[in-house]
Amino acid sequence: MTLLPETTEKKLGLVIDLDTCVGCHACVTACKGWNTENYGAPLSDTDAYGGDPVGTFLNRIHSYEVEPKGGGCSQTVHFPKSCLHCEDAPCVTVCPTGASYKRTEDGIVLVNEDACIGCGLCAWACPYGAREMDPTAGVMKKCTLCVDRIYNDNLPEEDRVPACVRTCPAGARHFGDFADPDSNVSKLVAERGGIDLMPEQGTKPVNKYLPPRPKDQLQDMDVLTPLLEPVAEEPKGFLAWLDKRLEAL
Amino acid sequence: MHPAPSVIIFTVLSGLGFGLLTFLGLGMPKVTGWEAFFYFAIAYALAVGGLVSSTFHLGNPQRALKAFTQWRSSWLSREAWLSTFALIVLAVFGAAAVFVGVTIAPLGLLGTLLSLATVLATAMIYAQLKTVPRWNHWLTPLHMLTVSLAGGAIIAQQTTAAIVLLLAAGGVQILHWVLGDRRFGERGHTIETATGLGDRGKARLFEPPHTGSNYLLKEMAHVVGRKHAQKLRIISFVAMILIPLIIVALLPVNPFTAALATLFYLVGAFASRWLFFAEAEHVVRLYYGASGSEPPYQPSFSS
Repeated sequence: MTLLPETTEKKLGLVIDLDTCVGCHACVTACKGWNTENYGAPLSDTDAYGGDPVGTFLNRIHSYEVEPKGGGCSQTVHFPKSCLHCEDAPCVTVCPTGASYKRTEDGIVLVNEDACIGCGLCAWACPYGAREMDPTAGVMKKCTLCVDRIYNDNLPEEDRVPACVRTCPAGARHFGDFADPDSNVSKLVAERGGIDLMPEQGTKPVNKYLPPRPKDQLQDMDVLTPLLEPVAEEPKGFLAWLDKRLEAL
Repeated sequence: MHPAPSVIIFTVLSGLGFGLLTFLGLGMPKVTGWEAFFYFAIAYALAVGGLVSSTFHLGNPQRALKAFTQWRSSWLSREAWLSTFALIVLAVFGAAAVFVGVTIAPLGLLGTLLSLATVLATAMIYAQLKTVPRWNHWLTPLHMLTVSLAGGAIIAQQTTAAIVLLLAAGGVQILHWVLGDRRFGERGHTIETATGLGDRGKARLFEPPHTGSNYLLKEMAHVVGRKHAQKLRIISFVAMILIPLIIVALLPVNPFTAALATLFYLVGAFASRWLFFAEAEHVVRLYYGASGSEPPYQPSFSS
């Protein structure tokens, strides 16, 4: 049913630390790998190795450059983007078939691929570009929050997190329950001032982004600076004589 | 947005078909027998042809019947129901007119209301999208309704209604273009609100997430043909509004002049609908470095 639940018992989602992300794309690869081999239609590549590679991904890393307001060095921010599992998910209500739905128990937004007609309207309704139509299967693909990992008793406990979180070598991705104020993710958001993307769209995203910390400012000259005065620019003594002789040659 | 031919054909032809059915349901013109047969045949060919065309852009059209299930939340589902109801009710009304020679006025009126509601539901599919500021406005349903009804009035040879509706459609079309051009800026969506980096300073795309293209760029960051937009607007306005207006107002009313006016109307309406999609900017373009009139990232090579 594509009516949104009024509340969900849990609000599972991700915290993405823009201060820590190094833009290595490991989460992109882990996501593609897991979601191609497991739940639902595989994420196809229509051109994997050609000059214009095209394929379906559920997670993509943009990189931005920010020019600080007060001047100074620009900051490079690597910016992973996947489904934010919004509380007011516009992608769910537009779906004509009921394929797109938000789970009451944990708030995960999923697509029932057997009911998806591939009309693409949900992708149009999403402000974040979180949904991509798979050209081979003709169904809409999106982040499942690795629903087939997080509840999977066959996996070791440390693997029961989304593939992107499990693989991140920098620890920039965190998974947890935002409905619980004492959860790891709720604490991170409170401590670091986690933000919503495009809040003016009114989607109430569950996933939060931790803004990058401001870069260090260049302070006054270091106390050792005077000791680093350049050595004599003009050669003296023997070197000066050698220099002149060599010039004369 | 990507101007997919199937959706352009669907919205224009179905719009015209339901526009014509609106008038036929009202008994304008009040026709029976063979005459009624031809009018209803044209209307159903347009409406049903358009609806069939709309299934061509589906990834899995064999499941299209499932689109009837979510009428409580989805305008697309409501459109499916309303169009079906309208076609069934007016089929009974039309059959009575064609075979029995009887006009059942209340049934016709119901069909008219359902036809109007169908066009409204189609328009709401686009107007509901906050992600496309140009469409997310009450002018969008008004635009689609006036264009549909103007076309219907031309085929139904309702001179007064056609003149009034063409003038209205022209006015709304110009407003939709002029106000639409400002909508994205007025909404205040920027790369800074998209990324949340605005309090730090001015953000710009340093590196896109991929070297090639992707579904999002093809579907929602369409930039082709923008440079001809002004010319196409003029062509569209002249063909869809001005020429039919001159034909309807000045030439004698008969099926030939109506057909001529309809042909021009269709050329203009297709151009208008192409622009409706091609000029619509989706907010996801911000993540790909679009700002103001600057287009988003596009791969520099293509196969």
